[in-house]
Amino acid sequence: MHERHFAFLDESSKKEIRRAVLKAVAIPGYQVPFASRELPIARGWGTGGLQITLSLVGKDDIIKVIDQGSDESVNAVSLRNLIQETTDVASTIHTTEATLIQTRHRVPEQPLKEGQILILQVPLPEPLRNVEPSEYKTKKLHAEADYSGAWLKLFEDIMCYGQAATGADHPVFVNDRYVMAPTPIPRFDNPKLDHNPALMLFGAGREKKIYAVPPYTKVVSLAFDDYPFQRERFVGKKCRLTGLENVYLDELIDEATGEVYYQTNDSSYLLEFLNRDEGAGTV
Amino acid sequence: MSEQQKPILILKDFNKTFGKGCAHCDGKPENRRQGYCPKCRTVYACQDISLSLYQGEIVGIVGESGSGKSTLMQALYFDSEATSGEYFLEAYHSGEENLFLSSSQQQKWVRNMLLGMVYQNPMMGLKMNFSAQSNIAEKMIAAGNRQVHSMVERGDTLLEQVHIPLIRRKDSPSHFSGGMQQRVQIAKALANEPPILLLDEVTTGLDLSVQADVLELIQKIQRERKNSILLVSHDLSVVRMLADRTIVMLNGRIIEEGLTDQVLEDPQHPYTQQLVYSLL
Amino acid sequence: MGYVAVQGGAEAIRESILLARYENCLDGTSISLTEIKANLKKMVDSVMSESSLYSPDLAALALKQAQGDPFEAIFLLRAHRSTLPRLYFTTVTDTAEMRVERRISASFKDILGGQILGASPDYQHRLLNWDLINETEADVIAFRDQYYAAILNAMEKTAEASFEEEGRFPKVVDSLRAQNLIPQPVLCDEEPRDITMEPLVFPSARSLRLQILTRGMTGAVTALGYAKIRGYGFNNHPTIGELRVGYLPLYVTSELSGVCEEYYIGEIEVTEVEAFMEEDRQEADEKNQLGIGLGYGLCFGANEIKAIAMSVLEHSMENPTPGDPTSDEEFVLLHVDTVEATGFVSHLKLPHYVTFQSKLDRIRDVQRGNNHHA
Repeated sequence: MHERHFAFLDESSKKEIRRAVLKAVAIPGYQVPFASRELPIARGWGTGGLQITLSLVGKDDIIKVIDQGSDESVNAVSLRNLIQETTDVASTIHTTEATLIQTRHRVPEQPLKEGQILILQVPLPEPLRNVEPSEYKTKKLHAEADYSGAWLKLFEDIMCYGQAATGADHPVFVNDRYVMAPTPIPRFDNPKLDHNPALMLFGAGREKKIYAVPPYTKVVSLAFDDYPFQRERFVGKKCRLTGLENVYLDELIDEATGEVYYQTNDSSYLLEFLNRDEGAGTV
Repeated sequence: MSEQQKPILILKDFNKTFGKGCAHCDGKPENRRQGYCPKCRTVYACQDISLSLYQGEIVGIVGESGSGKSTLMQALYFDSEATSGEYFLEAYHSGEENLFLSSSQQQKWVRNMLLGMVYQNPMMGLKMNFSAQSNIAEKMIAAGNRQVHSMVERGDTLLEQVHIPLIRRKDSPSHFSGGMQQRVQIAKALANEPPILLLDEVTTGLDLSVQADVLELIQKIQRERKNSILLVSHDLSVVRMLADRTIVMLNGRIIEEGLTDQVLEDPQHPYTQQLVYSLL
Repeated sequence: MGYVAVQGGAEAIRESILLARYENCLDGTSISLTEIKANLKKMVDSVMSESSLYSPDLAALALKQAQGDPFEAIFLLRAHRSTLPRLYFTTVTDTAEMRVERRISASFKDILGGQILGASPDYQHRLLNWDLINETEADVIAFRDQYYAAILNAMEKTAEASFEEEGRFPKVVDSLRAQNLIPQPVLCDEEPRDITMEPLVFPSARSLRLQILTRGMTGAVTALGYAKIRGYGFNNHPTIGELRVGYLPLYVTSELSGVCEEYYIGEIEVTEVEAFMEEDRQEADEKNQLGIGLGYGLCFGANEIKAIAMSVLEHSMENPTPGDPTSDEEFVLLHVDTVEATGFVSHLKLPHYVTFQSKLDRIRDVQRGNNHHA
């Protein structure tokens, strides 16, 4: 009775969003304003990423949706269901198979390839917001490439704590021009943005901004020369299931023993690793 | 001393108005009353100000509050836009580009590299919730420095020079006394060793003994570094102590200028006479 | 066979939805959309206003689905709105054409056409009406018919001449304009912008500000409007020039018949407020001129408090005072939208363990570092 339109949004909305995406690709790191639409999921729950996904998805696409590294967390499932219910496109958990990957707060461990599009959900697109509350003024600072505020924040951290104090969402410098919020990916993932073969798109639904890092673009994490950028360190820790060390780990507590243990956060990477070992008959 | 020396700062016919102007006052200074148009309420804060500053010279600007001296300083530091006029710095494109017409990006560069400003109100010049070190580093960061250690070292040196104990370098100015805040501002202004310092009522509101400290500090810094200083004050004794030349402003205009001794000993304009006699 | 993903998420969602449905069905009753529209009209009105979609039927459906949670209902309607193509725009509507149901002025005792109190709880004592506990449909029908008969009877006796056309009234603001107390509006032919079709950039256009306020959260608009008149915006007290509630006819133009013609598409109920604000006006002589400025509020349905607060905020942003948050358009416009505010606040419920892990890493690192230096 009430048939839904392909990919939910009406075509003129999708076209407008695609135009914003094109502009974003043309000016790497620049936040393109757009008239964000309301979606059946709440603002702040991935509507920016979802609008990009819905306006780009075609019938032959294969989608992958992850939230905090997991394909099966409730929000990832909910977003994937919405995309599939309105498009009937195929989905996968395997990073290599996907054409469109929508993600919240992680870049997959499996390196991306040319032709893939990674769509990151953005809660707060403005990297200068914590030094300047006014949107009008931050827009001007970007125009003048005046990033002293962002650097000063880092400097003050070092004065107070002896190191930068950013957790996730550590600001990056894109294509030697714009300072950009990489979204709250852990610092562990920041280096993956640099010269990545895939197209990376960033959508902020509530704040109504779209920005992009085109393939093979220079992306550098902000850091002083003598206080180099630091990823999260899992020194002496490894994944309990796979023994992997060079991956982002979740910190978990063994219910039986009360001991802290670690496990690979990227759930599909973990599965693939376990299955590969099994397939080779090594375990 | 060569008399042929070129000024390092030249300001020509600078005007700053607040308001749109009208047929009554536009281009007709005779219809303005004390820099103000009674018809359209436009304020002519600075009218046809021309001045120059030479290498190593201290020029004092005196006048009562509302005479336009702070407005002048704000325009020179690009805090507010000039209505008209020309502004040249010898250190920028050999003084051939009118800075009032430069892009805001270039103006920011000049502000960071060639000028140092100390405001009467430290809230204007400092980030009150950032450490003293960070406040000084801000200027160096803006100049492109990306070495924490070198900035901290430089910050320490400057803090020592302005007599702030190093144990307080990580405290924020909000925890400092008024005199200390002014000294942090001075350290910040010196961060990039700019050739020119702009000092706007730096001792106003401070205790007399603290005033003397700060003035002495400025004198010492200037002797060591040979900066050129443009110094604004409503207090003639400050100007007498520091300035080589003095400019007197009233209602947005320069009414008298000359060597400080000369202006103080033989004031020509009735207003200057009144100022000088009230000092005695 | 190999390892497979735990399908816990999908299953949990399914079960959660079923459980919510079950809890809603526990007492074995269901409310009809007609009942919602009839008994909860004010709620329907505010939901239509905040979702900026005028449809009592859909609003009632959304409220039913949302179990009466207005935030959730507004969210449903806004999402539905995103699926609808924009086919027509209504032509300019003159609110003097309103079919007025209620109309009051706080500025003048007598206004041309008279004050019409209409239906309002304003002068009703807010005492719980215990009779409603056992009210039946028969009671409702009996009261309705009896009241209607009494009105007919009274009308026959007085046979009062109605004002020009039925329900049309001159506007209070026009009489002040005629006396030069309020300047004639400057005619502006600029096409209004559409906040749902283009991004909000600052400084913003007035049309965008009005749209954001009219679809703003009733509570948020009221609270900020209150802050302004309470004195946080250091302002004086506005006076309501005219508040009217009534029905506005709407037209669209179309060339369906070959020529461009206007078509009547129906009427919508709205609340309109024109508030008088004392203004210091500087004229081309030496005197300060006191004048009256206008604040404008208009929203879907009967929603008087929101329309009044809107008029206060609209005027405040038109005439900003430095340091006054209620006149800072970024502060007001970026925070009053229901879907944005509730969405971002509720997103805190989403898992954040990757980001929290990152934060923990920093905290441990800093603690370690500080210990070394100590």
